[in-house]
Amino acid sequence: MAEEQKQEFWRWPESNWKNPELDWRTSTFIAVGIDVGSVSSQAVIVTDGEILAYGNMRTGFDSPNSARNAYKFALDAIGMPEERMNYCIGTGYGRVNVPFANRTLTEIACHARGATFIYGPGVRTVLDVGGQDIKSIQCDEKGKVTNFLMNDKCAAGTGRGMEVFADLLGVPITEVGDRSFEFKGEEPPAVSSACVVYAKAEATGLMRKGWTREEVLAAYCKAMADRIFSLVERGGVKPGFAVTGGMAKNRGVMDRLMKKIGIERMQTLWDTQIAGAVGAALFAYAMCLKAEGGRRKSEG
Amino acid sequence: MITAGIDCGAKNTKTVIMQDGKIIGKGMVLTGFDQAKAVEDSLVLAVQHAGIIRKDIQRIFGTGSGKDAITAAEDTVDDIKAMARGARYFFANARTVADVGFEEGRAVKLDEQGNAVDFAINEKCAAGAGAFIEAMSRVLEVTIAEMGPLSLQSGRDIPMNAQCVVFAESEVVDLIHSRTSKADISKTIHDSIASRIVSMIRRIGINEDVALIGGVGHNEGFMDSMAKQLKVNTIYVPEDPEFGSAVGAAVSAAESK
Repeated sequence: MAEEQKQEFWRWPESNWKNPELDWRTSTFIAVGIDVGSVSSQAVIVTDGEILAYGNMRTGFDSPNSARNAYKFALDAIGMPEERMNYCIGTGYGRVNVPFANRTLTEIACHARGATFIYGPGVRTVLDVGGQDIKSIQCDEKGKVTNFLMNDKCAAGTGRGMEVFADLLGVPITEVGDRSFEFKGEEPPAVSSACVVYAKAEATGLMRKGWTREEVLAAYCKAMADRIFSLVERGGVKPGFAVTGGMAKNRGVMDRLMKKIGIERMQTLWDTQIAGAVGAALFAYAMCLKAEGGRRKSEG
Repeated sequence: MITAGIDCGAKNTKTVIMQDGKIIGKGMVLTGFDQAKAVEDSLVLAVQHAGIIRKDIQRIFGTGSGKDAITAAEDTVDDIKAMARGARYFFANARTVADVGFEEGRAVKLDEQGNAVDFAINEKCAAGAGAFIEAMSRVLEVTIAEMGPLSLQSGRDIPMNAQCVVFAESEVVDLIHSRTSKADISKTIHDSIASRIVSMIRRIGINEDVALIGGVGHNEGFMDSMAKQLKVNTIYVPEDPEFGSAVGAAVSAAESK
């Protein structure tokens, strides 16, 4: 049976990066954080408290492989052998499936720690909008979690929900944000249901009524922003508002959300998807230092 | 007296024509995007089926999420009343009635006279409605009609972690990849939606007899899961459960003065 080749509109670009100012050959410790999420997996390599390299990929059906692939992707960027690593912490939904991790930590702790690194120590509220859940985390200046709330029951407002929607409308997911502002006249009202399944049906109806793709995108981004807002509101907002996860790259949802919250969100040049793995790597680096301190003490 | 009840739902629009307490005609069409047309088409079908002419109908009542599109209706009946009346028409002793439609799940508790004393609705989330089963059947590549009998063949309890349709789809894909049989997966799917419906019914309390209307009533796999979770021997389902609320509207039309 001949099947039409279908473009995968949900597919976002995978990437790896190396820090040009650091060299693993001269590093004392190599600490690694692996965040295996439901949709994406990241590996971050930290040395001397700085990010040396990272890899960001889509999670496959097999979590242990996803962890290894992300790590290899990061290693590719710097040409470092796998065994050079001193300590590794796994985090995220699939954290128990990181075969080479020395230990695991919850993604709540890692996102808070990672956000205070990539956004700076002024962060007090971290909103993580990931593939499968939304977390609102409060933290202190060291990135220590003081409180958090989470919604992991419903795809409304999550990255996975947005992927489904991008596919339905045939709009590449990286363009959704910008295109959701390309409508004429007044901003369309939000679709009436946040549920991805119902919103899909409603969107099809709106298109038949003559709405443009951009108008439907605007209505859906608004509904997702409203949905995320309800969680943020319950968790409480403190200035120093940082967003992590893939959704931070979608200004269609983020601009509408921040308008509703009424403050500006913090800005970063780092990839917001790596925050969890950065946190894990920093914790791993702290473990290296602690072990070294212990060794010196016993020798000293 | 001849009356008609029209239930314009999210998925299907149903018309029932009744004469002196007996159902004489039924018509059902997909609602699609033009509710007014669906209403008209289902009414025409029901009139043909009853072998009457349109003018013979003395009163039409409308119900369902698209009830405002039923311009031919003299009055509307709210969804809870329609489902209660419809279920009691078939089962006079029903005290708990569930209506599982495509986009909504509802449960109503009745007193002995059939008056609603409490109800619960899920209209926000597809995980507690027929849309859930339809989405899963697509992933499983099995028709909805096949899923019921298939799941009755399974004796396994595989819990579904996800509630949300979107996440459950990925979970079903994982089960397929791990070579779980379609029978076992079908049962998992039915157990999952049944638990959403049952928890909704528990919120208002369970009184026997329990009756169910809505298209999901055709699915014996789901009915089996639901009966086990409710811990009742029988859940009463009329022959054409999707017409339940339309019957309720037609009954209400006949009762009104």
